Amino acid sequence: MSTRLAKQGRLIDRSKQVTFTFNGTSMQGYEGDTLASALLANDQMMMGRSFKYHRPRGVVASGAEEPNALVGLGQGNRFEPNQRATTTELFNGLTSASQNHWPNLEFDIGAVNKHLSRFLPAGFYYKMFIHPKPFWKHVYEPFIRQSAGLGKAPDKDSRDADTYEHFYAFTDILVIGGGIAGLQAAKAAAQSGAKVMLIEQTAHWGGRAPVDGGTVDGQPVDKFVEQLVSELETMDNVTMRSRCMGAGVYDHGYVLGYERLTDHKPGAQGPRHRLWRIRAKQIVTATGAIERPLSFAGNDVPGVMLASAMRDYVVNWGVTPGDRVIVATNNDDAYRTAIILKQAGVDILRVVDARATAGPLAEEARQLGIRVDPGKAIAKVKGGKRVKKVALCNQDGIGGAREEIECDAVAMSGGWSPVVHMWSHCGGKLLWDEANAHFHPDPERPPLGANGEGFVVAAGAANGAMPLQDVLFDAQTAGEAASNAAGFTPVTADAPKGADVAEAPMEPVWLMPANADIQLRMKSWLDFQNDVKVSDVQLAAREGYESVEHTKRYTTLGMATDQGKLSNINGLAILADALDSEIPKVGTTTFRPPYTPISMASIGGEARGDVFQPIRQTPMHNWHDKNGADWEPVGHWRRTYAYVRPGESVHDAVNREVKNTRENLGLLDASTLGKLIVKGPDAGKFLDMMYTNMMSTLKVGKCRYGLMCSENGFLIDDGVVARIDEDTWLCHTTTGGAERIHGHMEEWLQTEWWDWKVYVANVTEQYAQVAVVGPNARKVLEKLGGMDLSKEALPFMEWRDGKIGDFDCRAYRISFSGELSYELAVPASQGQAFWDALTEAGKEFGVMPYGTECLHILRAEKGFIMIGDETDGTVIPQDLGLHWALSKKKEDYLGKRAHSRTHMADPERWKLVGLETVDGSVIPDGAYAVGEGVNANGQRNMIGRVTSTYYSANLGKGIAMGLIKHGPDRMGEIVEFPGTDGKSYKAKIVDPIFFDKDGEKQNV
Amino acid sequence: MSEPISALNHASYTGIAKVEECGLQGMITLRGDLSDKVLIKAVKDATGQKVPGQREALIKGDTGVCWMSTDELLVLVPYAEVETKLAVMSNALSGVHALAVNVSDARAVFRIAGANAREVMGKLAPVDLSAEAFQPGQIRRSRLAQVAGAFWMDDDETFRVVCFRSAADYVFKLLKVAAQPGSEVGVY
Amino acid sequence: MLILNCPYCGVDAEETELAAGGEAHLKRYGPGSSDGDFHDYLFMRENPKGVHFERWRHANGCGKWFHAARCTQTLEVFGTYSAQVFEPPQKIKDAITAKRPGWTWREFS
Repeated sequence: MSTRLAKQGRLIDRSKQVTFTFNGTSMQGYEGDTLASALLANDQMMMGRSFKYHRPRGVVASGAEEPNALVGLGQGNRFEPNQRATTTELFNGLTSASQNHWPNLEFDIGAVNKHLSRFLPAGFYYKMFIHPKPFWKHVYEPFIRQSAGLGKAPDKDSRDADTYEHFYAFTDILVIGGGIAGLQAAKAAAQSGAKVMLIEQTAHWGGRAPVDGGTVDGQPVDKFVEQLVSELETMDNVTMRSRCMGAGVYDHGYVLGYERLTDHKPGAQGPRHRLWRIRAKQIVTATGAIERPLSFAGNDVPGVMLASAMRDYVVNWGVTPGDRVIVATNNDDAYRTAIILKQAGVDILRVVDARATAGPLAEEARQLGIRVDPGKAIAKVKGGKRVKKVALCNQDGIGGAREEIECDAVAMSGGWSPVVHMWSHCGGKLLWDEANAHFHPDPERPPLGANGEGFVVAAGAANGAMPLQDVLFDAQTAGEAASNAAGFTPVTADAPKGADVAEAPMEPVWLMPANADIQLRMKSWLDFQNDVKVSDVQLAAREGYESVEHTKRYTTLGMATDQGKLSNINGLAILADALDSEIPKVGTTTFRPPYTPISMASIGGEARGDVFQPIRQTPMHNWHDKNGADWEPVGHWRRTYAYVRPGESVHDAVNREVKNTRENLGLLDASTLGKLIVKGPDAGKFLDMMYTNMMSTLKVGKCRYGLMCSENGFLIDDGVVARIDEDTWLCHTTTGGAERIHGHMEEWLQTEWWDWKVYVANVTEQYAQVAVVGPNARKVLEKLGGMDLSKEALPFMEWRDGKIGDFDCRAYRISFSGELSYELAVPASQGQAFWDALTEAGKEFGVMPYGTECLHILRAEKGFIMIGDETDGTVIPQDLGLHWALSKKKEDYLGKRAHSRTHMADPERWKLVGLETVDGSVIPDGAYAVGEGVNANGQRNMIGRVTSTYYSANLGKGIAMGLIKHGPDRMGEIVEFPGTDGKSYKAKIVDPIFFDKDGEKQNV
Repeated sequence: MSEPISALNHASYTGIAKVEECGLQGMITLRGDLSDKVLIKAVKDATGQKVPGQREALIKGDTGVCWMSTDELLVLVPYAEVETKLAVMSNALSGVHALAVNVSDARAVFRIAGANAREVMGKLAPVDLSAEAFQPGQIRRSRLAQVAGAFWMDDDETFRVVCFRSAADYVFKLLKVAAQPGSEVGVY
Repeated sequence: MLILNCPYCGVDAEETELAAGGEAHLKRYGPGSSDGDFHDYLFMRENPKGVHFERWRHANGCGKWFHAARCTQTLEVFGTYSAQVFEPPQKIKDAITAKRPGWTWREFS
């Protein structure tokens, strides 16, 4: 059984007991435990089931690389699936549940998949779900849905209870990894005076070194680490963050650091995760190495574990995964596990070493009474939910002539692979090291930064330096190199002297035994989480998936949440063998960030809830909100769609506003319309280029409606331009168009006509603008008193500055509704007061505020176009019958040349018309008009589309505008618009002006 | 004239730093040739300050001038004086190609004060706000999460932030999240 | 994520402060130009693997447009410069030549 040892456990505090639950069972652990170590201490070896076959799975690793021990953590608003038990720090009240089984972990219906496993080989899904086609909907899709997804999705009504944030950090040198190499590299770098940041994914400094042992400068390695940490802590130019993982390295020295602030103390004040957005001149990746599993039959049975993980559990947490342990290895390092376990009182039944000879550590093991079997291999591990027996055989064979030994845990070591992820994310290349059978960074081909030079240096085990002395030397060198590359002068120093037992060379073992038969290969796991076996990769190779990237996708090797940290090298070695090629020729799949999964919420940072995105508010926003506003997003603005009164539907409200504005008095908050001041001796000339019509000839005091096209001729904006004085114009843009058009003007001024004397300023938000609209508009303003707003004093399409009541006001006599209308601009800080004054004074005139839908209907009744409705980026003024706004006098304006391109002048272009349904119904938004015949796909030919469609309460029927082929020549014809509701709408082509054709109402 | 009201009317919040909306601040966007003598004098007359150099902010209280771009300054004057100062400035600049326009009501101004002010800002703007990199006397135009903003430091523990008035509610909420209790970063 | 130095305000701005504006040094063709010239001006763009000249705007910053010379393959930045020039300044060309001898781009080299 797995159990807590009486002694050991450098990371746990035995005086502080912690209570937690697993699958509803209450258990005890200690402060400092991980969930995995605490579960092992409670003899809970089985922690989950695999994805495809639902096989029982125990923890196999002790850190970030863990593929099996995934649990659902927490409850309700804090529930999170797929959390690694090995990286989850234990706390009082932690609740955890295993995944991927039903009804429970011990007895799982889905485990029948394992009996089907020979029918579910690599590529099964691709082969199976192609035909017969009718099976898809009722057989295949339900089956896939049933088995899809790892872990349980949080309850749909739950909401993440925590907050998250970003932090922008800038440093000369970032060291990723706080193991012994990272610490030493950070010190070496910091001694140059450079600003150094050091991040470590776990809660502890020193990495593996204190577990693996050895001495540095004559003292035990853990003492050396302690000393180094306190030394760094006193350095002002060093920032150290534990629980902060280097998630990804990106272009130009950008790094994401994932800091877990309260995962180990949920509910504590402050954000749960902080995403560090770091810019570093140089990056040192001191990310260590990960031990590889060995591929033998039954290597996935709970109780089979990485040798290094097993000694981590003993040394760090005082837990042994078993009482009777067999160690299988191809290298000397695994002997450390045998020795440490033996010294902790665990029976080491055998060290099975695939090699013929081993180094001094083997001798040390023998002296402790451990039997070492050279040249041997594990033929098969037997047991279902726990290791029961191991069958041994010769490594050099097919797995016959077995000796069986009863045991309850197996430690395996297939050698070590440097963690090259951070090096590789941004393009660092790798070299294959034959002696250690691993890929390591090629220092000649680092990722390149903004200056074209390398900006990442690998250090220690991450660089392929394995013995302690090499690690320290390499780290010192890396720290100095990074500080030099960052522009500092390194203080060169000798690296501290590490000393450890010398090791004999490892021998690559990709399959155990070397010629294992198919029965064994079908039970030799490569990818534990996704259930990919040696036989699957071999099948993929046979079926022609020769590229490692294809094999990966065909077999799903390395596609699980652990991204193949344990499986990739073993898998591609099997692939290389199957292809009769060499490992470096087969190459690796691409390393992509993040290194391990990070929370989506940390990526979002503060952008959630209230601040998910900016919501721009006018000065009268709160009033609208209190008065029934049904909001409509327009860009980032919120505008009132309609003011809904109690008991009204939105539709009712719109109809009421539409009628009231035509009959009495309406108020519209028009503050969102863009306002750009354009000033200078060349401002007129400039605006003549910006607008299709002539603006330079506009008289001071007058307004003109203008169109803007892009250089390729399409309409991009419209609005009323007012001439303020000889040198100054004020240009209104569409709502949400202010920044875009401001940018558009600046672009031309800065990059094309930079010698023209023009300045532009965006004054949109300086003003609250209110449209006072309807037959009573003048009456309410006259009641407030102030400037003369009579027809004579302020004619249509003119503006004046003056006072209305107490308010400084610029009054524009313009109309987007066809009614008598004033647009009144007052300082934004007085917008609400002005609105209140109008509301109060307007009572006797039947005032009602109206929203954007009413605005749209009123303008559609008048046949006025709307940018974004009648235009969609492919529409030119000619399509909309706006020829009158295209100056013929001007030699040039943006879009003019484009309008003479052949297809712009094509008479076949769809043109704007009015549409009136024959039965008064409303054509659905976005409907297309169909004509004679069908196209190549058998679909009805299209001859046009609706651009705006509304119910007009004033006219008592549906009205619409649309673009129709030869439209203006087809007045009175009926066209057909099939709806998605199965009905077909018939509409008559009419003039787009439905209401007050002569414009008498606005000219009073 | 009724009482002018700023976007959030002095709303405030205290977490790891104090965040408050400063109320109305007189602001004039001035565009022109920054080396022009007439312009230099107009700035001096309005603020008592010289024309600032690249990314310089010369501010005392609610009066001063910030460098916004190679041809743009932000002139700060007391809100009550902005129309008068603008008129004087426009008059002085009538002979040169320049644009001076009142933008006081188009903006909202926040103050972030306290020992953690740098960290609060460092959560929202992609800018190095360490003491070595950013000091009183400098202005930085950047973004605050998803909106544009400009900021300077009045002293080593106080920032003033200028954003669009329409974004005031968003920026205030952002600053509140960034200043929430327990969110000290511990680097600045 | 790129960092470019804005030559106007002197800030090393990360990409989130910037807006990309496509190819630099386009010559505008207006009314009177041939169909071919106008078509090329509107649509034909360089798409090199290597040295490239681009327009960028310091949008969340000083608002100015500037030009950048950089390598699309390695993302190396050779320099940034004023948008108000018709061709890359000699200093920029020299910086590119030092790193990419024999480079050419449109009519420049």
